[in-house]
Amino acid sequence: MIKVPVNKIIPLSIVDGPGNRTSVFLQSCNIHCGYCHNPETQKMCINCGICVKECPTQALYVENGNVKWDSTRCVQCDHCIAVCPNHASPKIMWMSAPEVFEEIQKNIPFIRGITLSGGECMLYPQFLTELFTLAKQNGLSCFIDSNGTIDFENYPELMEICDKVMLDIKSWDVEVYRQLTGYENDIVKKNLSYLVKREKIEEIRIVCLPEKVDVEAVLNGIKETIKEKVKDTKLKLITFRNFGVKGEFSTLSSPTPEYMEKLRKKAEGLGFEKIIVT
Amino acid sequence: MNEILDIITSQALTYEQKVVSLAHAAEDTLDVLNVPERTKYFMEKGAINNLFEGNAPYRPRYVMPDYEKYVKNGSKFLGVEPPQTFDELLTSLQIIYHHVPSITSFPVYLGNLDKLMDPFITDLSDEEVKKKLKLFLNFLDRTITDSFCHANLGPEDSRAGRLILEVERELQNPVPNFTIKYDPDITPDSYAEEAIYTSLFCANPAICNHKLNSEVYPSDYGISSCYNILPIGGGSFTLTRLTLTELAKLAESKEHFLNELLPECMEAMGNYMNERVSFLVEKSGFFESSFLVKEGLIDPGKFVGMYGITGLAECVNTLLKDGGKRYGHDAEADALGEEIMNRIDAFLSEFPAVHSVISNGRFLSHAQVGLDSDNGITSGVRIPVGDEPDSFYDHLRHSARFHKTIKTGVGDIFSMETTARNNPAAVLDIVKGAFKLGVKYLSFYEKNEDLVRITGYLVKKSEMEKYKRGEAVIQNTTQLGAPNYDRNRLAERKVRTV
Repeated sequence: MIKVPVNKIIPLSIVDGPGNRTSVFLQSCNIHCGYCHNPETQKMCINCGICVKECPTQALYVENGNVKWDSTRCVQCDHCIAVCPNHASPKIMWMSAPEVFEEIQKNIPFIRGITLSGGECMLYPQFLTELFTLAKQNGLSCFIDSNGTIDFENYPELMEICDKVMLDIKSWDVEVYRQLTGYENDIVKKNLSYLVKREKIEEIRIVCLPEKVDVEAVLNGIKETIKEKVKDTKLKLITFRNFGVKGEFSTLSSPTPEYMEKLRKKAEGLGFEKIIVT
Repeated sequence: MNEILDIITSQALTYEQKVVSLAHAAEDTLDVLNVPERTKYFMEKGAINNLFEGNAPYRPRYVMPDYEKYVKNGSKFLGVEPPQTFDELLTSLQIIYHHVPSITSFPVYLGNLDKLMDPFITDLSDEEVKKKLKLFLNFLDRTITDSFCHANLGPEDSRAGRLILEVERELQNPVPNFTIKYDPDITPDSYAEEAIYTSLFCANPAICNHKLNSEVYPSDYGISSCYNILPIGGGSFTLTRLTLTELAKLAESKEHFLNELLPECMEAMGNYMNERVSFLVEKSGFFESSFLVKEGLIDPGKFVGMYGITGLAECVNTLLKDGGKRYGHDAEADALGEEIMNRIDAFLSEFPAVHSVISNGRFLSHAQVGLDSDNGITSGVRIPVGDEPDSFYDHLRHSARFHKTIKTGVGDIFSMETTARNNPAAVLDIVKGAFKLGVKYLSFYEKNEDLVRITGYLVKKSEMEKYKRGEAVIQNTTQLGAPNYDRNRLAERKVRTV
């Protein structure tokens, strides 16, 4: 059994798919979005030790050169995350699928499913397959929340047991995408076609921020790619908020409700019928 | 006679409230019940409490008329013909509600309103129905000035039920309480979600586990007053309560409590309840004279005696105070709580209750929600406010464990984050899980709304403020709720993040 770095398990989540779910956040991401609202999930700890000196309750310590976290002393003030220069969190648990499932199981029968998020959880496809197999045996639905940069088609076994994917389409133009994330988006587009064809899309999400994100191009691109299926595809237009954001984007302000409304109209014009603006 | 003069000269009571208080005072000048010294001792110590039922019972505490029968047959006594139109239905209900007696002098049960209404609205538009519903519901709220009053919905989906929910969100009335009977095999998710969504705006409706509660009686049940599960066409003769918190204070040890005090006090209370029921049935003349009996809307054979218990949490904490173990947190404390509940259950399964036909000659347990005068006594089997477990799931598991043996009403109240409104399906998932584990009744309210559930009944925060400033308020229950809300720190109820 492989072990993966788990950033957090939220027993009760109402914002990660339909109904009440347990959400599991895995550490590390292959892209680095300027507007990321939990940047501490992006990278792995490099054991620089800065947070150890800063921790007000001595919940962090160094053992054999590695930063370790004592959850019993931690008061969850997140000061370690604030001082980390590396977009990482020292509060990581390395867990196998059965170990994560043991935590999830405590929440049955109050949840209808689980959602794997991150970071980017598709960096750990084997773990996902193992965990989803256990979850399925216990009647839970299994969702993936992904940036879509990893080719889903390469993991047929995982796709078989994954119920739905919540897919981020962060921009359409490759240059805009590179500016925003430091990465390329050709696989995202391929995944869009693939997931829609297999009816595995729960919702498409776009974080809306004028100047930085080409939202209208994304909408047009989705329409060209999946044609009339836009009608049945849930679209979530997310208003950029700088809460939790680090770096250049942290000083940018949210777009106006009028701008968001304009985008909704645009999406309606393209044939989207299930639009949520948040 | 000072007490009577106080009632007469009070400026905080309305005229109507004074009349009811004066009637109580008059009743209490009588001494017709045989109460042994030892029982009086338990009463003085607060271990047995008759909940202001008065010294000479002349009406059952809770009356649950068979309104379906009334709508079908009309009433000769009231001079009401069976209604043919929606307007006639609403008026005929308004008429009979006025004549349903209870401990509060107001009707505590208004029927399955959706089922009563649905056949009468087929020819009306939604707008027409809603307009009439608003007039009807406002009439009830402003004339039944006591929120120990309950209307029921479900478990089946209905157009009338959905329109009632829509109107409720708009009206924000504390009266009546609504409860939806919920069974996942009968109630569609969309209807249950609509009900939950509504409760996050106006604290109504509460949600009743239909599967479990429909097993209590051989015939149909309704929910009345706070959350009392009682037979339709009958009701409850009496509700007396055993205040475990106060009884525990008399105990020298855990063993003394379990083996001596508790059995003795349970027996004393059982005898006291039999004394009350005997007087009501055999001497008061109620069942011989009431038109409700004569017209078959209630049947004395469908009444039960509710054996109330309350303050289990503090009882356990007192008995285990040396070890510092707490109810709701420590396994040892919860095990003792369960032991006490099992002892009570075993007692009730043996103790003979007079005139209690539908319950096979037994009293039925009830988790009594409290009195305005209670201080440091947590409702029924609940975990004290401010001491709730961090995990919502752990809290519900605890509820399920302690709801198990209670027959005539037990429930929990949860204050919710506003965000729950965005995903009522998630709250419904939690309800489904809780009901599967054995939770019998739940209610939610949104933490910032004006309407707040005190122990089982609803009160407006704005009205409590008025009352505290010394102004007269329309609802009796505001007067009960205001001190309770402060004394029991209900504003500190743990808010559940969904």
